Amino acid sequence: MKASLRTTVSFVVTVAALVLLWEGYKAIGQATGGVWPGTSMNLPVRTNERSMPHVWDIVGSLFAPARRGGEDILLVILVRAALWTWRSALIGFVVGSFVGFGLGVLFVRSLLAERGLMPYVVASQAVPVLAIAPIVVVWSGRLAFPNWVPIAVISAYLAFYPVAINTLRGLRSPEATSMELMRSYAASPGQVLWKLQIPASLPYLFPALKISASASVIGAIVGELPAGFPQGLGRAILSFASSFSSAPEKLFASVLVSAMLGLFFVGLISLIERWTVPAAMRLREDPAIETGAIPRPAAVTA
Amino acid sequence: MTALDLRGVGMIFNEGAANEVTALENIDVVIEPGEFVSLIGPSGCGKSTLLRLVGDLLQPTSGEITVNGKPPARARLDRDYGMVFQSATLLDWRTVLDNVALPLEIMDIPRHQREETAREMLELVQLGGFADHHPYELSGGMQQRVAIARALSFRPSLLLMDEPFGALDEMTRERMQMELLAIWRETQTTVVFVTHSIPEAVFLSTRVVVMSPRPGRVSELIETDLAQPRVFETREEPGFYEMLTRLRESLRKVDES
Amino acid sequence: MRKTAPAAVLFVAALGLWEGMVRAFEIQGFILPAPSAIAEAFVVEWPALRVAAIGTFGSALAGLAVGVILAVAVGMAAARWRGVREGVMPLAIAANSTPIVVLAPVAIAWFGLLSPWGTISVVAVLVFFPIMINLVRGLLSAPDSHLELMQSYATTRRQVLLKMQVPTSLPYLFSAFKVAAALSLIGAIVKEYFGGSQDRLGQYITRKAGLFQFEEAWSAIVLASAFGVFLFVLIGLVERKVMPWHISVRSRR
Repeated sequence: MKASLRTTVSFVVTVAALVLLWEGYKAIGQATGGVWPGTSMNLPVRTNERSMPHVWDIVGSLFAPARRGGEDILLVILVRAALWTWRSALIGFVVGSFVGFGLGVLFVRSLLAERGLMPYVVASQAVPVLAIAPIVVVWSGRLAFPNWVPIAVISAYLAFYPVAINTLRGLRSPEATSMELMRSYAASPGQVLWKLQIPASLPYLFPALKISASASVIGAIVGELPAGFPQGLGRAILSFASSFSSAPEKLFASVLVSAMLGLFFVGLISLIERWTVPAAMRLREDPAIETGAIPRPAAVTA
Repeated sequence: MTALDLRGVGMIFNEGAANEVTALENIDVVIEPGEFVSLIGPSGCGKSTLLRLVGDLLQPTSGEITVNGKPPARARLDRDYGMVFQSATLLDWRTVLDNVALPLEIMDIPRHQREETAREMLELVQLGGFADHHPYELSGGMQQRVAIARALSFRPSLLLMDEPFGALDEMTRERMQMELLAIWRETQTTVVFVTHSIPEAVFLSTRVVVMSPRPGRVSELIETDLAQPRVFETREEPGFYEMLTRLRESLRKVDES
Repeated sequence: MRKTAPAAVLFVAALGLWEGMVRAFEIQGFILPAPSAIAEAFVVEWPALRVAAIGTFGSALAGLAVGVILAVAVGMAAARWRGVREGVMPLAIAANSTPIVVLAPVAIAWFGLLSPWGTISVVAVLVFFPIMINLVRGLLSAPDSHLELMQSYATTRRQVLLKMQVPTSLPYLFSAFKVAAALSLIGAIVKEYFGGSQDRLGQYITRKAGLFQFEEAWSAIVLASAFGVFLFVLIGLVERKVMPWHISVRSRR
């Protein structure tokens, strides 16, 4: 309880500091006419209402009607868009997680599969997603799929990777002697997997799911950009970006809601972890953001 | 029938490669059923490797191993081995009882039967009251007792122990040695026991295999003819000290050669 | 050699299968162009692709450099002072779970449509968080027993940093670099999608896809992907040179 209170406090303090920084920078710029105090050097970002609206104007815009004479306030519109995006992200997340888990299991069972596929699993994440997004959208359109399908596919493309990597890491986490023990019982490969490796991999799974959750949101938003579907957050950001000069605070508000969606999804996974994994079984700290080769247990020597 | 028969056993790691290591060379040892044999020697003498060869965790590059008249792979499939390592290697997510029952579960023994057996085994290692605890709630010595109970749960004919008490403090260690001997007498299991400790080898064993390093060879076989059953006072007998000295001298010879 | 063989065989087989399928089923270009058609477009479009690639990769690398410098500065401070760490880390971890790429239109609004700082700033912010988080964790990952050992030698804080903390942080840091390399390309291309010079890969891909010239779009995708893989491999090579002792490196041999 004490630790979580401390976290909350430091979080609130940091957010407050960021707001102060934003408003402070703006105030300095306004006072000096856009230069560093005491010099004639321009500040990197202009501080006028267009470039940097007041924090309260951004928050205020969330509660104002989105269009003149419109019914719904901006917040409602953005939350609706966020939910639409989240649906695709969630589907992509689930599909991607299963694919990732399956790949992890495949790799731990088959050295040939690992050697053949692992380089491509790693390389897949070096492909800039937005580059493939338009192609996926066209494919999906040709096959007459519902319009959330290509978005979910792009989400899954980003989401599967952390799960694949951490599943493999977790499946390889049992000590060499535990594996020897199973062998001395003449356990079948399936028994080793179900009774030793998969339970041992679970603590590694949730940190990966958190990374995947946030990746799936990125995938969904980025996927929506070229798709041209009007319902999602990506599209909202695109349209508020084009009307930036007349209503800058709406773009900032939509960026804020996008951030909230990411936090909400990752937070949700954390809650599920709390409910399902006993504290003693959780990794003390999420493993570092990981890539690449996962060491195979060293061969048994004297 | 002999419990364990090693004939000309050799083990070369990375054979033919630049980092080739000869871990064992020309090992000949015969162990009769019911014996308690310790393997002792300086680090690098291949005693853990030898244990793993017997347990079919590694395959020798030369020579022949027979366990109860069978090749090791057959013996493993027949579940002839109970293994105990230096670390207890309990599964964190299982209770103590479920850990002990793990091998029985793998052997498809029905639930009520395996729980009954596991409870008996826990009584044997005096942990009857801890069945529903998780491993992390137990001390190091208690965890190691659970590992021994687990190894005994399916009544293997051969107990292979790789420095099982190596990580324990001296007092816990001496108590565990007494318990192990009691279990050995009761179950009549053949034990092969790898250790670093001279008093441990003398106190526990009927015979000690002294090994020399680089490459690992058997340098001497020593009978420890101390009276059975060994009791607390055995460690204070003059005969015990004579055996200690004998073994220590043998190991020094190994070290100097 | 035996290690890379399965991957190489699979590559050739997949390429052959792809080409064969496209020809056998007469799949049209807008669904999936044949590898040979992409290669052909690549050759024809090379002058335009080269200019676009230099622009995009240049700003991605510049953004990566800026992001690394900032992340190292903040990360060192956070590892050194507990107060900084407690303020910065929760926020960084939270920020890392938000879709930071959506800042792209904001960057355009702030720095102007054609300013290189638009792309550089998006990429820098994007790579900042994973590098900073991993650096702090790496610097603090030295086991207590090692730190006590250093203390027993009466070492200065600087010596502890250089001889203990920096080496233990390297595996974390290289992992982060690999993530960041991919992110830098994603960031640059997403930013270019929102607007900027026409001579950039992001603009090129969207323009060609919009015109249904998919061979050309694919040739740019292949180029961007190849550069991403190249960066990844390059970082891996440096990693092996810098820390040959680490298990993740040793087991690859």
